[in-house]
Amino acid sequence: MEEKTYVSGYFPDDKDLIVAIKELQEKNVDIADVRTPFPVHGLDKVLKYRRSRLPRAGFVAGVIGCAIGFGFQAWVFTQAWPLNFGGKPFMSVPSFIPVTFELTVLFAAFALVFGFLISSKLGPGSDNIIYDEGVTDDRFQILLEVKNANGDALQESLQSVGALGVQLHEVKS
Amino acid sequence: MYVSPVREPLISGEKSYSKVTKDIYAPMEGKPGKLWYAGLTAALIALMFGGYSIFVTVWDGIGTWGLNRTIGWGWGITNFVWWVGIGHAGTFISAILLLFRQKWRTSINRSAEAMTIIAVMCAGLFPLIHMGRLPLGFFIFPYPNTRDVWVNFNSPLLWDVFAISTYLTVSVLFWYMGLIPDIGTIRDKLVPGIKKKIYSALSFGWTGSARHWARHESMSLILAGLAAPLVLSVHTIVSFDFATSVIPGWHTTIFPPYFVSGAVFSGFAMVLTLMIITRKAINLESYITKAHLESMNKIIIATGSIVGIAYITELFIAWYSGVVYEQYAFVNRAFGPYWWAYWIMMTCNVITPQLFWFKKIRRSFAATFVISIFVNIGMWFERFVIIVTSLHRDFLPSSWSMYTPTWVEVGIYVGTFGLFFTLFFLFIRFFPVIAIAEVKSVLKTSAEKFIKKGK
Repeated sequence: MEEKTYVSGYFPDDKDLIVAIKELQEKNVDIADVRTPFPVHGLDKVLKYRRSRLPRAGFVAGVIGCAIGFGFQAWVFTQAWPLNFGGKPFMSVPSFIPVTFELTVLFAAFALVFGFLISSKLGPGSDNIIYDEGVTDDRFQILLEVKNANGDALQESLQSVGALGVQLHEVKS
Repeated sequence: MYVSPVREPLISGEKSYSKVTKDIYAPMEGKPGKLWYAGLTAALIALMFGGYSIFVTVWDGIGTWGLNRTIGWGWGITNFVWWVGIGHAGTFISAILLLFRQKWRTSINRSAEAMTIIAVMCAGLFPLIHMGRLPLGFFIFPYPNTRDVWVNFNSPLLWDVFAISTYLTVSVLFWYMGLIPDIGTIRDKLVPGIKKKIYSALSFGWTGSARHWARHESMSLILAGLAAPLVLSVHTIVSFDFATSVIPGWHTTIFPPYFVSGAVFSGFAMVLTLMIITRKAINLESYITKAHLESMNKIIIATGSIVGIAYITELFIAWYSGVVYEQYAFVNRAFGPYWWAYWIMMTCNVITPQLFWFKKIRRSFAATFVISIFVNIGMWFERFVIIVTSLHRDFLPSSWSMYTPTWVEVGIYVGTFGLFFTLFFLFIRFFPVIAIAEVKSVLKTSAEKFIKKGK
């Protein structure tokens, strides 16, 4: 088991949070995580996160769903069980469209949701640590990871940018 | 942040972030009131009556219904289409209005989506009963079987299976993904105990991390983009059940857009009926305001007018086509033995929503409540008119017939109301009725407190 130490502090407003993050970045302090009660506009840009790859996963799954949906219907009606419905063509593409569309959406939706849950390590039984229960209410929290026993320095730098409730957390992971 | 000086506030009163949490959590706290128990009991009684009616249908056979050889679809399919229609508001609000960045959706999307999911469940019951042998319901899915046959992919009834099950699944996923941050909020409000453990598991370990939020936003946007055409596809495909047949009155190309706008129309009406009561019952007046009412009523005028134009277009095309059977179908609707159903439909769907052109009416909770009920009645009669009046006088006058439902059919309909309200009462008790995180995200641009400051 590896032991990690974090320093946390919170802000009561999203505007102060962004200002504080920018100040910390100027001081070259690495920010481990920022936790907010709602998606703060522009926060991912300030933290320089990469654009999520979820849309791509959704697209790929959608293409697979589309191919399976169309391919399966075409196979059933031309190979497995070609039935004559009033002399209509076996390979009747227009009537395959609704099911193909629905399967495209279904596959993409599952890929997006499970992609989100897996990449964020969320799910029933997930043991993510919550450092401050106020985060889901009205606190905007910054988490800094302590490396090389610089805990005091990090606490000071958090306090200097105006964070409230600055404290240390020891975590076993 | 830019605050529009002209837009009306969407959240009234002095609200801070934590006040929002407190207000929306309040109805879930403590013991539920007497009114809640009374409502749940009434809903459960209706549900049991519906269960008994289904039992009678299955045990004694379809002869307990009022259907006959001419009229093979009656209340069952009417109710199916009606419930599916009701189930169109939620995903419309949360998907299409998300793409249009409408901020007012944040106060109503959660409950509207819950209503969607429940309404689609109610709807799904009817085709299942219509199939006769309930345990063999899985025959509708294409699975490898010893009979070595596949389902008929050319049939709109099968497209329905795919459309409705996909719609239900995607709506549940979308709804639940939106819920997890709010369940996290509830989890953090609870004192340690069994309840906290349950909400903790349901919250999927939500932490509010900025990385998670970034992914969540990206996922919601793409899901909304997928759900938007999905909403439109569902009632389009339901309308194909009729439109691809050769029955005069059904065989029309106008059906898909006409059904979709009718569905959004009735769905919004149902959301209004219920939210006007709910906001009072659990003190959410400052979150569901006259501004929300007005926005929703504007969509009701738009969709209601599309429905009105569709009715008139149908009449015109019947005359213009020169097909005597088509013409007779429409004359018979308006002046035949079911004339009363047609005129109830016309009054409720075409005339009543036009009252919303008056600003006083579309901003009045009492008036909207009454009109929303009229719309729901009207939309039920629309489906009844389309199904029963088109069937009861077919090509051979010798097989003309009349249809009246028996208590068993009425009982199943009552039962679906029971199912709907049972689940709705449980929802408002155990889940946050308003999307807490989403309301917080628009608080600074849309709350009265901040708009005043902006001026």
